[in-house]
Amino acid sequence: MNFRTLGAAVLTISMAVVASRAALAAGDEVVIGVLDDMSGVYADVQGAGGIEAINMAIHDFGGTVLGKKITLLTADHQNKPDIGASKFREWADQNGLNMLLGGSNSGVSIAMSKVAAVKHVPFIAIGAAGASLTNEDCTAYTVHYVYDTTALANGTATAIVNAGGKSWFYLTADYAFGTQLQNAASKVVEAHGGKNVGAVRVPLGAADFSSFLLQAQGSGAQVLGLANAGTDFPNSLKAANEFGVTKTMKPAALLAFITDINSLGLNVAQGLYLTTGWYWDLNADTRAFGKRFFAKINREPTMDQAGVYSATLTYLKAVKAAGTTDPDKVMAELKKTKINDMFAKGGYIRADGAMIHDMYVMQVKSPQESKYPWDYYKLVKTMSGEEAFGPITGLCPLAPKK
Amino acid sequence: MSEIFGIPVAVILGQLTLGLVNGSFYALLSLGLAVIFGLMGVVNFAHGAFYTLGAFAALLGLQYFGINYWAALLLAPLAVGLVGIIVERLFLRHLYQLDPLYGLLLTFGLALIVEGSLHQVFGATGQSYPVPDSLSGVLNLHFMFLPLYRAWVIVASVVVCLGTWFVIERTSLGATLRAATENAPLLQAFGVNVPILKAATYGGGVALAALAGVLASPVVLVNSHMGASLVIVVFAVVVIGGMGSILGAIVTGLALGVIEGFTKVIYPEASNIVVFIIMALVLMIRPAGLFGRE
Repeated sequence: MNFRTLGAAVLTISMAVVASRAALAAGDEVVIGVLDDMSGVYADVQGAGGIEAINMAIHDFGGTVLGKKITLLTADHQNKPDIGASKFREWADQNGLNMLLGGSNSGVSIAMSKVAAVKHVPFIAIGAAGASLTNEDCTAYTVHYVYDTTALANGTATAIVNAGGKSWFYLTADYAFGTQLQNAASKVVEAHGGKNVGAVRVPLGAADFSSFLLQAQGSGAQVLGLANAGTDFPNSLKAANEFGVTKTMKPAALLAFITDINSLGLNVAQGLYLTTGWYWDLNADTRAFGKRFFAKINREPTMDQAGVYSATLTYLKAVKAAGTTDPDKVMAELKKTKINDMFAKGGYIRADGAMIHDMYVMQVKSPQESKYPWDYYKLVKTMSGEEAFGPITGLCPLAPKK
Repeated sequence: MSEIFGIPVAVILGQLTLGLVNGSFYALLSLGLAVIFGLMGVVNFAHGAFYTLGAFAALLGLQYFGINYWAALLLAPLAVGLVGIIVERLFLRHLYQLDPLYGLLLTFGLALIVEGSLHQVFGATGQSYPVPDSLSGVLNLHFMFLPLYRAWVIVASVVVCLGTWFVIERTSLGATLRAATENAPLLQAFGVNVPILKAATYGGGVALAALAGVLASPVVLVNSHMGASLVIVVFAVVVIGGMGSILGAIVTGLALGVIEGFTKVIYPEASNIVVFIIMALVLMIRPAGLFGRE
């Protein structure tokens, strides 16, 4: 058997699998698109549930804006920056796209923000964590909505250092997101008088984490910082538990979703600190949204699914207020309105594109504390948006440092 | 504490043990692949999907029928093996006369369908399978704490691997199987039902993958993608060991697990490519693989 032929065959097949569900849009419509991971490791974070949430928002808004029908385009970016960027370009050129909602994956989102700048189409990044989207990679058309690496680190790392976890060792996903998250956490740890003992960079999607965990344990650090996401986070925490690493080290989830906690079970996840931009059981508004979403998807929404609902409504309100879909006028409107809905209270979009809103430091409940299904978090601290996202850094040319 | 090349001995022993655990999975999976390729000439790209199916069979068996781990260890491979036999009868057998590439394309397509369907139904995040109570303790090896379950994985896999090797290389059943590859028409003339033999071989090979899936389910989250990344590594293992060599698959599987383990300490970033570097080197020096026959 010729392995070169084999390799070529595999490559051809995988390229042919590129799927798309783009519909042709006519002129008299307002076209919203969503490009997200629909089939890979992040597909449960937003994915199909995210599309449902956007449809709920369009429905709640009445289905039309400025007398025009609202149309939704969806496609799978497959976690590949080239697919995300080219699909975005295609929609902008051929389908009259007015606004793009981008799902998980910082790498893809950075690539899509470049297209937003060239095509002058507002781009609201939902599930990407990389804070560079509103710093060195910022554009006049990018909004970063739910959370970023700065806010995650400020929440979780501060809470743990203040609770006595002074020395940290990181298990870091070996790509842009992991390193940005680790750097952000390291800065917070140092700023609060803690110490960064070391880190091990783990290839994305590793099958086994035990080797890396033994290295972490050998470091003698008090805190195991998990700078990873997707399936890597639950798999590494599960192994940490199995090897008894969690007996000597306190695990810190630098990015965890409620779906991860649901997969792991409270037995494994209990006591874990994490930071979230939204939780379904915060107040009457969040519970009402959770209930509606649950009726359709049979899961409580993640912070990204709640965020994408809110982002869609925020955009549509801005279009209505501006009386046009002109991208510059809508962006100006977006940056001057306060966001008050089930997702954020008094939220606002800063000059650099960051949506500033409260973030919540949570601790995962023990099985005894959990009283009903999806009762997973107890609130440790509500951080104001300013505290969570920090001051403007000046790295984004749109927002000079004050 | 004493050190070798600046690495404490305890760390070396720890990584050696963990390498053996991972190597056990590689050995078990590459064994199934080697059986299927060696005896049937089929490059079974659906191997990872059958591994995933094994894990899901165990998970769903527990959730819906209360089938415990030990029963699943037997029932899941049986059920998945049966699926394999159906696949062989319906599709694969029509391709034996053609270039092996067609079998590869068929099984690759099957893998995509299986993984896509599981993803559609169960989502991406995966579910936990509990470690059975009798294996939930921790062994104190003095240089490390080894979860009892991982030790069990090594034992189970080595026993199954050696058992399979013995059946194929040392029994009359194995001799008949090998004869079917060498000269099927002649064997058929002796009154042996070769088509059934081939179906059973494929079923047996994928049952080994399913067994590995059941063994893995308490260790990782059971999800639709768990086999997809693993199958590529396992193919590399088979190529290094020599396509179709049973013993080669077992020995290289364990050895590569250990080498990968050490890479995780020395240069973690390379741990997911070290197997492929070794594959490239082996192909340059011995194109038929370490244990392959030219």
